[in-house]
Amino acid sequence: MTATPADRDDQPRHLSLVVLLLLPIALVNALGFVVPTLNLLRMSFFEAQGTGAMQEVFTLATWLKVFTDSFYAELILNSISTSLLITVLTLLCSYPIALYLHRSSGLWRSVLLVLVIAPLLTSAVVRTYGWIVILFENGLINNALAAVGIGRVRMIFNKTGVTIGLTEILMPYMILALMAGFGKLDARIEEAAASLGASPMRVFRHIVLPLTLPGIALGSLLCFVLAVSSFITPKLLGGGRVFLLATEIYDQAIVTLNWPVASALSILILLIFGTALLLYTRALNAAT
Amino acid sequence: MDERPISLPLKLLALTMFVFLLAPLLVVLPISFSGDNYMIFPPTSWSTRWYGAIFTDAKMASAFTSSLALASVVTLLSLAIGLPAAYALVRLKPPGAAALSSFFTAPLLLPTIVLGLAILIVFSGYGLLGTFQGLIAAHLVVTLPYAIRVLSTALSTLPITFEEAAASLGASPLTVFRRVTLPMMRSGIIGTMALCFLVSFDEVVLSLFLTGPRLTTLPVAMFHRVEQQADPMVASLSVLLVALTLAVVLIVDRTSGLARTFVK
Repeated sequence: MTATPADRDDQPRHLSLVVLLLLPIALVNALGFVVPTLNLLRMSFFEAQGTGAMQEVFTLATWLKVFTDSFYAELILNSISTSLLITVLTLLCSYPIALYLHRSSGLWRSVLLVLVIAPLLTSAVVRTYGWIVILFENGLINNALAAVGIGRVRMIFNKTGVTIGLTEILMPYMILALMAGFGKLDARIEEAAASLGASPMRVFRHIVLPLTLPGIALGSLLCFVLAVSSFITPKLLGGGRVFLLATEIYDQAIVTLNWPVASALSILILLIFGTALLLYTRALNAAT
Repeated sequence: MDERPISLPLKLLALTMFVFLLAPLLVVLPISFSGDNYMIFPPTSWSTRWYGAIFTDAKMASAFTSSLALASVVTLLSLAIGLPAAYALVRLKPPGAAALSSFFTAPLLLPTIVLGLAILIVFSGYGLLGTFQGLIAAHLVVTLPYAIRVLSTALSTLPITFEEAAASLGASPLTVFRRVTLPMMRSGIIGTMALCFLVSFDEVVLSLFLTGPRLTTLPVAMFHRVEQQADPMVASLSVLLVALTLAVVLIVDRTSGLARTFVK
């Protein structure tokens, strides 16, 4: 949307009107987004005292603590590894649905697509609650296990619950990203390979999978980023026993009232985002 | 898209994954009709008592009213702020319109846990924590990007010829906007309002940072309830929430066509 020379002639007349029309949204963005985000960066260079008071003096103490304390090192590694695991599981669960949707058509396809999008419109609190109903000690799975004589298994308030819940919650994003990247997948190429004697497994490995790699990469980036920063599901299904970056940010901000540490961890999340994006762009460039 | 018989293994695999995807939503309906005092699945008896409990629980009832009022105010303000901005960006094409538009949608790039903390720290200095004004301002930060996006798309797909015709016949710019542009943008405006309403009504992470003991929203109240005691009441609330979402989506679909509003 670059202005053409003809447009530019109109500028003096329009400019004050443009400023007037854009002023309210610029104010909201400045006061609710730019200033708070910059302030977050500033806050990470302060230090909270043992009493809870904060010293507004520039110091690297908070960052040093985050990088040297083994608790935080474990927290960061745990967040990244859990998010990677969830991304892989989400991909494995979403791929069949995306491929099925890509190959179906008509009304049936529209109905299935609505079923994929419907969970997206439902609050994370509601869906996480649904998982508690399924996984808790008197829930669907444990009562079924007990009925057939197998003992109950602990599935919530630990990493298992968080992993199952987040995998399901992120599936719609992955399915939509995969489908967006499935455009190059042409039935005729698959048929050609099959008619030349390739087994279904071989067709999948040598034709379907390579052609869908861009969708896989995009979906994985999206899910990883969402997993690292998700809060509601890890908090409720983790029951305070699973320590991830997002839950720690909340606890430091609301419970411990250590805003400098919370700020530093927030900026760390943004750095992880940036690294993931960089790796994604590298992989994409290497592939093309 | 490609018409090809789908193999049986893929069908079965996709079906299994669909069950997994929809499971948490499917179990909520039966448990909302539980007659038990505590949560057990499947329920041992059935009743509608937990639906009644929502309205007798003073905390939930007031949280519901707050959420409804908040989402309504946020929706109207999003339209009042977003519409002029979208018009300026699309129709007046100021220099750097593309950059401005990315700047206005940038808050969506930030995870809400980070944005929530950032807003908490700044708002606490102005005494905005636990206030209605604070919640409105925070919600606007995340609804305006959607408003700008949907309204800009609606405006840029409108043929400009009608507006030019009206202007050449002597209508003032304001009259053209009021009598020609606005009526033609109807479906975009309805879509924007529905989207902003749902985003605000469902917002939980930002609200968690800004609500207090005196003022809370429905998703936050539900979050705390699940955190403390996950009883069947949350299920009946969830069913009502899903019904509300469905109602909004249906209204949009009836008045303007869902596909036209959200796709493109």
